[in-house]
Amino acid sequence: MAASSRAQVLRLYRALLRESQRFSSYNYRTYAIRRIRDAFRENKNIADSEKIEELLNKAKANLEVIQRQGTIDHMYATEKLIIERPGNT
Amino acid sequence: MLLWRRLAALRGERTPRRLRAGGPGPGPGPGRKSDGGGAPRPLYMDVQATTPLDPRVLDSMLPYLTAYYGNPHSRTHAYGWESEAAMEKARQQVADLIGADSREIIFTSGATESNNMAIKGVARFYKSRKKHIITTQTEHKCVLDSCRSLETEGFHITYLPVKKSGLIDLKELEAAFQPDTSLVSVMTVNNEIGVKQPIHDIGEICRAHKVFFHTDAAQAIGKIPMDVNNMKIDLMSISGHKIYGPKGVGALYVRRRPRVRLEPLQSGGGQERGLRSGTVPTPLAVGLGAACEVAQQEMEYDHKRISQLAERLVTKIMSEVPDVVMNGDQEHRYPVLAHQLLWSLPMFCGQLEQMKTWLTHLLDLALVVSLQKKKWIIQCRSAYST
Repeated sequence: MAASSRAQVLRLYRALLRESQRFSSYNYRTYAIRRIRDAFRENKNIADSEKIEELLNKAKANLEVIQRQGTIDHMYATEKLIIERPGNT
Repeated sequence: MLLWRRLAALRGERTPRRLRAGGPGPGPGPGRKSDGGGAPRPLYMDVQATTPLDPRVLDSMLPYLTAYYGNPHSRTHAYGWESEAAMEKARQQVADLIGADSREIIFTSGATESNNMAIKGVARFYKSRKKHIITTQTEHKCVLDSCRSLETEGFHITYLPVKKSGLIDLKELEAAFQPDTSLVSVMTVNNEIGVKQPIHDIGEICRAHKVFFHTDAAQAIGKIPMDVNNMKIDLMSISGHKIYGPKGVGALYVRRRPRVRLEPLQSGGGQERGLRSGTVPTPLAVGLGAACEVAQQEMEYDHKRISQLAERLVTKIMSEVPDVVMNGDQEHRYPVLAHQLLWSLPMFCGQLEQMKTWLTHLLDLALVVSLQKKKWIIQCRSAYST
């Protein structure tokens, strides 16, 4: 049970990060990646299985949001920000 | 526009296509492919003016812009019921953010309308007995303009001055009360320099004098914890597009116990407790609700992040740029990053070269630069991004 949970959590984490990379907007992309990383890091020591279940459901819901919004962001993409240019940070 | 061109010429660049004479270039929108060929977009630093939509907020709004398009006031069919349910859920989300009851939230078209409703509404309702209002000199234009229009109706207004730090003097506030004062209006966080007024104390003073306390919390909501009961607030204006929500929606909190009475500005079908008639825009209300919920969940995390970034920005500028003065109180402010930092830099003609170098870096950051005689006052409003 614990082993499959761990695998499940890692799978979700990787999926979330992968979907977040698809955002074309610099703001959304960097915020999503940072937030996901920090949220998983913050909750890594939780032992209560109910709480874990709740957090996993929240993560799954957020994954769906990111998938949908990533697609929309792509449809309405615009030029890159000046700081995304190579040589400008 | 001319200034941009001159400064761009200094850098040796051609002015971007959109700024050249000869009509507007192709605008933004779908179909405009970002092939990297167009001019790069500037970094957005004017977060005090408006914020981008959070993807979670847009996600919650889309169903109500596409499938669930019913009028929430249609009582007789499922389209109406589902819209109404969404609107009420949004109302509860807004109420939860400020510690209020959902029946105390009225949806409006923005903080400007909320401010107008609060100030003119309360003043006119109690005008038979109370004709005095207290506000500050640094309020938002809509508050000052509402007060000015009330003056033409026969009210008298006290505009309290602010100290050098931007905060009001509580003793002056106490002294300004008169037996016929009906309302005190002080904004929570200033939109120009980011100072946080002592709302707790002002609330106590107003409660003691039995005068209604209105606060324009547009910049404070979702960024610092607000509780209308702890802070003894009777009316509060909320703006959607300052908290990563949609533009065109806001809310007004109107206390029910003890009841605050308002004369409605907008007449019509009696929606929103009769205080603001008109169909509530369900997608916008849902967006505002979602923005409030996200803000509540992320408040602590965002505050930590913003404080780090603000610290870095202020320290670097104050230490490396000579002759800089930061406007506003150092301690009682919202970590300056989400608000405008106003610096005054004495600039003499001889230092133009230096200024040119600094400016070329800053120009890429979409700063607004205004020349005031020999002083450059750089308005730098910092970003939510990164």
